[in-house]
Amino acid sequence: MKRNYGFAYAAPQALWLTVFFAAPILIIIVYSFLKKGLYGGVEPQFSLEAYSALANPTLLAVAFRTLWVSVAATVLTILIALPCGYSIARARNQAVRLFLVIVPFWTNFLVRIYAWIAILGNEGFLNHALRFLGFRAEGYQFLYNQGAVILVLIYMYLPYAILPLFSTIDKFDFSLLEAARDLGASRMQSYVRVMLPNIKPGIFTAVLFTFIPIFGAYAVPLLIGGKDSYMLGNVIADQVTKTRNWPLASSISMTVTLITAILVFLFALRKPKEQKLVRDQEALSQSVSGGAA
Amino acid sequence: MLFHARRALRKSAKAASKILPRKFAGSDVIFWLVILFLFMPLIVLFVYSFNASRSGEWKGFSLIWYQKLFTESPDLWKAFENSALIALTSALMATMLGTLAAVGTARYSFALKSYVATMSFIPMILPEIVVGVSLLVFFAGVGLKLGLISVWIAHTTFNIPFVYLLVSARLAESDPTIVEAAKDLGATEIQTLFKIILPMALPGIASAFLTAITLSLEDFVITFFVSGPGATTLPLYIYSMIRFGVSPVVNALSAVMVAGTVLLVYPLRNFLKVFAAR
Repeated sequence: MKRNYGFAYAAPQALWLTVFFAAPILIIIVYSFLKKGLYGGVEPQFSLEAYSALANPTLLAVAFRTLWVSVAATVLTILIALPCGYSIARARNQAVRLFLVIVPFWTNFLVRIYAWIAILGNEGFLNHALRFLGFRAEGYQFLYNQGAVILVLIYMYLPYAILPLFSTIDKFDFSLLEAARDLGASRMQSYVRVMLPNIKPGIFTAVLFTFIPIFGAYAVPLLIGGKDSYMLGNVIADQVTKTRNWPLASSISMTVTLITAILVFLFALRKPKEQKLVRDQEALSQSVSGGAA
Repeated sequence: MLFHARRALRKSAKAASKILPRKFAGSDVIFWLVILFLFMPLIVLFVYSFNASRSGEWKGFSLIWYQKLFTESPDLWKAFENSALIALTSALMATMLGTLAAVGTARYSFALKSYVATMSFIPMILPEIVVGVSLLVFFAGVGLKLGLISVWIAHTTFNIPFVYLLVSARLAESDPTIVEAAKDLGATEIQTLFKIILPMALPGIASAFLTAITLSLEDFVITFFVSGPGATTLPLYIYSMIRFGVSPVVNALSAVMVAGTVLLVYPLRNFLKVFAAR
């Protein structure tokens, strides 16, 4: 008789994730419906205050800015990453090219942010170079604005988009492109109408890998942006650590989570569910191991 | 096996496509521009790390920042130690939990299977800040003092899903009949696990462990929330250096870290390719 040890194997992990992941998220959900305590913390009293506070115009402005910055950065990242993934997939020296993408990807996150401060700062590389070339001596302020935030976000997440796109495009049968050309399609048509539909799973993974972290971005807007480039992540952090308004921090977190979930489901619903989840997980695991193994 | 046949077929199709002539490759131009974009900041840091001056202006070659980094920065090395300790222990814990769960869900169906699979998927798609804040609130609620233990718990938690995913993917590829054969020949569950399943999944487990170490060393946002006094990790230390007065020691440190990355990744490049292109 075959005994079923499945639960015995899975129990330690299930327990860990229940205690250290599910429970904290549940607490956040509960807190978002409670009253703010006088000295931080919460009072055990039902209240929708934290959600009505979301309608605050300042907060709404931050929310729309976050959405705008995330969409802009994600779209630009994917548009840049597509030809890169294609180029690696068709190259003879794939390993070397992947290596070149992975080195910046593996370099510490904060080191990369710091590098951009060293370049764009008021006393940074770019200003010194411009001064040397005879531009105005007082320099330009490149940092602390939304353009800089988007630029650095694209820089941070490009490898996250390139790797899954490469791994999908690499499996694409390029002879289909030749066939499309033979049947009279233009070069662009063959890419857009033959290749793009075939690499949709890769694009899906790439969008998830860039949009989600950018939408919850905290460090980049804090260090690269100014007051006018604050994103929802910064508001959450401030509410937790400075203002100590935990219900509001929770309700904003719930909003961010909901928007993320909606995005995931919008993509996931387009295909039969089970098959889709398996395929996404495969794509994910490939790009994860491609990136960091 | 079917798997290898498929791979061979794909390889030959690819080889054929490479013989076909390609005309102008605009994508290659974009690729090299992107590589330039990706490397430019790292190169600037590297050059600045040898700058005698504190500011962005070049005042001559000097190794003073390296000297300061290696001899006069005890806090930094303490942070490095913390990071290494957390990375190793959390990766170990996550690899054990994740591997066991992956083996369980791959071989059996049981009542809570979909719960395990879902719980192992969601943490990956939630923004880091939400995970960090929820853990902070949780630790405050249960009265755990923030420190190395809370950081270790947080890192293990965000590492588990990646381990589970990578090991599951590896197990899905291995041949289930071998396990059946072992059972038929009288192997116990423990023997099957240690002599058959784990050795077969070893490449997946190894890459999961390495991935977990990398993610742990890299993490800033979640650590920022759950860390307390005495538990400063390297990313947190760099963060405070950036925020409260930049010292060119960061340049030297960054250069060392980038060089370390290159030395680590370059020998692995073919291995990486096999994984990425699987």
